[in-house]
Amino acid sequence: MKILVPVKRVIDYNVKVRVKPDQSGVELANVKMAMNPFDEIAVEQALRIKEAGGAEEIVLVSIGPAQSQETIRTGLAMGADRGIYIEAGQDVEPLAVAKLLKAVVDKEAPGLVLCGKQAIDGDCNQTGQMLSALLGWSQGTFASGIEIAGDTAKIIREVDGGLEHISISMPCVVTVDLRLNEPRYASLPNIMKAKKKPIDALDAADLGVDTAPRLTLVKVEEPEARQAGIKVASVTELVDKLKNEAKVI
Amino acid sequence: MSILVIVEHDNQAVNVATLNTIAAAKEIGGDLHLLVAGENCGSVASAAAALDGAGKVLCADSAEYGHNLAENLAPLVSGIAGDYSHILAPATTFGKNVMPRIAALCDVPQISDIIEVIDSDTFKRPIYAGNALATVKSGDDLKIITVRSTAFEAVADTGGSAAIDALSSGGDKGLSSYDKSELSSSERPELTSANIVVSGGRGMQDGANFTMLESVADKLGAAVGASRAAVDAGFVPNDYQVGQTGKVVAPELYLAVGISGAIQHLAGMKDSKVIVAINKDEEAPIFQVADYGLVADLFDAVPEFDKEI
Ligand SMILES: Cc1cc2nc3c(=O)[nH]c(=O)nc-3n(C[C@H](O)[C@H](O)[C@H](O)COP(=O)(O)OP(=O)(O)OC[C@H]3O[C@@H](n4cnc5c(N)ncnc54)[C@H](O)[C@@H]3O)c2cc1C
Repeated sequence: MKILVPVKRVIDYNVKVRVKPDQSGVELANVKMAMNPFDEIAVEQALRIKEAGGAEEIVLVSIGPAQSQETIRTGLAMGADRGIYIEAGQDVEPLAVAKLLKAVVDKEAPGLVLCGKQAIDGDCNQTGQMLSALLGWSQGTFASGIEIAGDTAKIIREVDGGLEHISISMPCVVTVDLRLNEPRYASLPNIMKAKKKPIDALDAADLGVDTAPRLTLVKVEEPEARQAGIKVASVTELVDKLKNEAKVI
Repeated sequence: MSILVIVEHDNQAVNVATLNTIAAAKEIGGDLHLLVAGENCGSVASAAAALDGAGKVLCADSAEYGHNLAENLAPLVSGIAGDYSHILAPATTFGKNVMPRIAALCDVPQISDIIEVIDSDTFKRPIYAGNALATVKSGDDLKIITVRSTAFEAVADTGGSAAIDALSSGGDKGLSSYDKSELSSSERPELTSANIVVSGGRGMQDGANFTMLESVADKLGAAVGASRAAVDAGFVPNDYQVGQTGKVVAPELYLAVGISGAIQHLAGMKDSKVIVAINKDEEAPIFQVADYGLVADLFDAVPEFDKEI
């Protein structure tokens, strides 16, 4: 089986983002970028499946500006086998990304697509489900457990009430949640090896996908800041404030 | 213009997040239809018909809808999407799972997690863990939207008297099946709709220490939440996680105990009315959003707080 893992280059999760003064978006210049943390978990899971003998090849695909190839390189250094890069702007909408991924799946015929459950920039939480719909495949979202046996995958899902266990038919799209695994760090030898692994470029237009946005971004603004509060000196003062000032208990 | 709201339920009762979603639908304006798809869900359809603003209830009662499997539910909804200008569902794990599948089947983009309706085409939604708010406008005839429940006041669950129409089922697609659930059972209020939330972080050191917070929560009628670090460490189950990638809460009072206040955690609670932080590190970022901050060791402060309330 081949596993396809889409990876996105996003602002590093530790960076406090700033809105541009002209409200056209957030500041991306000179900001630390990294692989979307959920995608790292997806890459890690693919590696574990391969290491356990459940897959022969792991292919990464990234869609975005040229530097997205560095994100692919990061995943190759973790141990993935090769990459596919599709040039596009930073803000391709999830539906267009799903269509591009579908075109890649049609070419590559993987048995499993492992996605992060959401990208921490747009916070959309859409791409994996959309891809699954376009392919007519089954979906296992927000996975904290994946077990593949023959033509079925048993998925443990993190849902609002706790955990849900489902069985889905292969091939499938699985979107991964935080508790699935802890991604490895790339070792120095693997970083060196990754430099020689191939990254093929594909063109969105050749794939027949229109990546023009369907939604108009009217503006991006800062949320209202919270008023600074006070420090209380003791538990007694805290209880008094909550009872008599805030009147919430 | 007709709007369809997909009712979230467990075949027994309507999930409250649906009531917030209906509130958003009412702001958009138009004839409101409610879809109840489930198995032996007649009582849910009746309850939905009584919801404030309900114009019509569509009920698809069949085994393949019993467990909200997206592969079965999405084609049912996309099949009737032509009748609607907007299809809404709560931005819960239910809505997040099924709505993008519907959107893709309808070939329209989805607008996730809206917090404001500007007009019938234009919506505001948080991006980057709520550190920026994007206003987006759709040019499509159909809008597929998930709604952040804390941003809209729930409608009443009475006052409506809608007709219930049966919707024929689309059959089991045979792609997926439900095995079982491990649901956290609790007598406490549901996290996302509780008036008071008491949350613990890595500073709690261990799951057993959460009994301190549970005792406070029970006195205040509060729900118990947690940071990701506390969930990852196994102190509490996953459904306790508050934050960018967990649950979003906005109670009257949020008590953060032994939580540092990472961006990802703040994303899930910074719209709470009053925030209290108890942390022994006076530099902890949580104090920047706290209305009342207490610099103290939680193992002294929490038992004392418990006694004094
Ligand atoms: C992709 C991604 C998604 C994420 N999603 C979420 C999310 O949804 N929700 C979330 O919460 N986090 C999320 N995180 C994690 C987040 O970045 C932080 O790591 C996490 O919130 C930290 O949890 P914490 O505050 O409990 O732990 P820490 O940051 O370790 O803080 C513990 C605090 O406890 C205090 N403390 C320790 N002992 C005591 C004591 N005895 N008395 C008083 N205070 C004490 C310390 O001073 C410290 O401030 C996410 C991270 C990533 C990368």
